[in-house]
Amino acid sequence: MAWITTISVWLIPLLICTILLYGTFKKVPTYETFVEGGKEGITMAFSIIPFLVGMLVAISVFRASGALDYMIGFVKPVLALLHVPAEIVPLAIIRPISGTAALGMTSDLISVYGPDSFIGRLAATIQGSTDTTFYVLTVYFGAVGIKKMGDALKVGLLADLIGIIAAILVVSFVFGMQ
Amino acid sequence: MVNYIWVGMTVIGVLFAIVNGTMDEVNKALFVSAKEAVTLSIGLMSILVFWLGLMKIAESAGLLEKLSFLFRPLMRWLFPDIPINHPAMGYILSNMMANTFGLGNAATPLGIKAMEQMKELNGGQAKVSRSMVTFLAINTSSITLIPTTVIAIRMNYNSSNPTDIVFPTIMATAISAVGAIMIDRYFYYRRKRNGRE
Repeated sequence: MAWITTISVWLIPLLICTILLYGTFKKVPTYETFVEGGKEGITMAFSIIPFLVGMLVAISVFRASGALDYMIGFVKPVLALLHVPAEIVPLAIIRPISGTAALGMTSDLISVYGPDSFIGRLAATIQGSTDTTFYVLTVYFGAVGIKKMGDALKVGLLADLIGIIAAILVVSFVFGMQ
Repeated sequence: MVNYIWVGMTVIGVLFAIVNGTMDEVNKALFVSAKEAVTLSIGLMSILVFWLGLMKIAESAGLLEKLSFLFRPLMRWLFPDIPINHPAMGYILSNMMANTFGLGNAATPLGIKAMEQMKELNGGQAKVSRSMVTFLAINTSSITLIPTTVIAIRMNYNSSNPTDIVFPTIMATAISAVGAIMIDRYFYYRRKRNGRE
């Protein structure tokens, strides 16, 4: 699937060019605006430090003790039939609940299995293509004072499930099975 | 809920280490991983600064509004309960555009505005409306164009090609968005059949 990888590689540089040219065309002070927006990135990177420290420590304790492997051992035979690596199960469970916890798990999987491994790529794709359903619903419904979420939670969680299945299929298709 | 998971993982890990005799590994993991988390966060900064800076240009140039305009026909189909020129539509579109470009911080206030407008359209009752469910279904399926944070993590761990997951991510997110819309329609017609809407 070389062409898919080529699209992936070209997309960002071309997008950058489009934005810069469009900004210049619209007479936006591009460099000053860039610097101003970039400052936000510094705050953001600093603010995720405590989240990542908390989560990565908990995950690595769980992993180093052998508890994670023990748990994975239980689900492995079932998931192997479906060609799903059991290692991503904890990520799939935590993704709809907490975005930063999932980010910690994703980086843990990438560091343990390698960024270019099947599991590493799958974790990256799941992290990028799904969202923290519970958080989104809590924030949006909370802000306008709606307590009963109706079908929204069911729909959101089913969408996450579809997203994870889609990620498994697409990553297997593009990069081949393990 | 995340509190229980967090405490659970740590406590179960330590208890497991007692039984399993892996306390040395646990001790080592504690300090190595804390350090790794800080290194990782600092590593993320490079991409976050660049991307948020670039997105600020796109925002100031009105590129997001321009794109919103292109999606109006789709919006009409997705949200038949909202008049096309109602402010709710504008907020929904800006929220989706901000999400698509990875501007989570900009997306949230816009999304809250959209929810307020939809509540007003629904007679101001504290009740979920059809449009709200559709809006949140699309929102939680997370339409992404460039998964910046993930690329940064892959870079940090020396991936041979950190951006090669961009297209797979777009495809997975598109499939889950279509799935979310279909599930949302299914639940809507089910509510309707049961006379709840």
